[in-house]
Amino acid sequence: MFAKVLLVDDEKDFLDIMAERMGARGMDVSTTTSAETALKMVQTESYDVVIMDFLMPEMDGFRALKLFKETRPDVQIILLTANVPEEKCIEAIKLGAMDVIEKPADLNLLTQKIEEAKARKLK
Amino acid sequence: MSAKADIIAETGLQFFGKISASISHELKNVMAIVNENAGLLEDLTAMAEQGRPLDPARLKLMAAAVQKQVGRADKILNSMNRFAHTIDATVAEVDLNQTIELFMALTDRFILMRGIKVDLQLPDQPLKIPTAPYFLINLLWLCLDFAMSASGDDKQVRLEVEKTEDSIRIRFRQLEGLTEVLLKTFPSGRENSLLAVLEAALAAEPERREIVLRLPRSGL
Repeated sequence: MFAKVLLVDDEKDFLDIMAERMGARGMDVSTTTSAETALKMVQTESYDVVIMDFLMPEMDGFRALKLFKETRPDVQIILLTANVPEEKCIEAIKLGAMDVIEKPADLNLLTQKIEEAKARKLK
Repeated sequence: MSAKADIIAETGLQFFGKISASISHELKNVMAIVNENAGLLEDLTAMAEQGRPLDPARLKLMAAAVQKQVGRADKILNSMNRFAHTIDATVAEVDLNQTIELFMALTDRFILMRGIKVDLQLPDQPLKIPTAPYFLINLLWLCLDFAMSASGDDKQVRLEVEKTEDSIRIRFRQLEGLTEVLLKTFPSGRENSLLAVLEAALAAEPERREIVLRLPRSGL
């Protein structure tokens, strides 16, 4: 069984190409440019992992992280973001993020993390 | 250095850092998209080596996607370059319209992150004024930052520029959440120090839901 992934990023061009590449690797990928929509999607669907940009319009990354974890404590969250200071990464991990990966990311590394996230969720 | 000069130096450096961080973030986003296009090209090449033919239409789309990001990066870097040169001379004659357009380009991401819509109304004609360009952009940001906090549920700010006989008025309007309580913290020492350098004045008019920045048209 391949991982079911929700990709959240306000950069539509980035979302589209990531979804295409991850889909070609057999993952079941859904996308949205809005953190609020992502929250609704997580309420109605069970994803193995949410891969989310940390800095998004409308919702601060920490707040989004808290809400995702409150809604679905078992969902694994990987933050994929351009530039986040180290102290914020540590704070994000404390709040329940599985990992923080910097853009531009290596898709092979990200795929490993997704598999790890799926295994954690199944535990 | 005087206390005022200290405040200006600190505020100015903080602003330079804020804009630099935003630019680096934007450029990383651009690089991420270019990187994924390169990755997709690798994926398609690997598939072609296994016998799946390359689709020229798909390759064209990828080339267009990369070109789009190069254009985006070029705009970001042009703004960064113009911003860096605003420190060249303490005082210079500028076209205020161009300065405000540069300011909007530099702060666009912060506005987007706050979910605010800024409606910009500039005069049709160029507005040449002698000013301290870097400090002006810094002060415009502090005013807009405050205006966004005071925009209330409407999440809209109207930014208008008007010429009077002896001054330029930059009005931040439609501040539906502007209250006396908010105005207890604004303008603070930072804004007042920059206002002094620019020989400018700031007036808050809660009943009209606006703050007005007045800049001199001559002197400085």
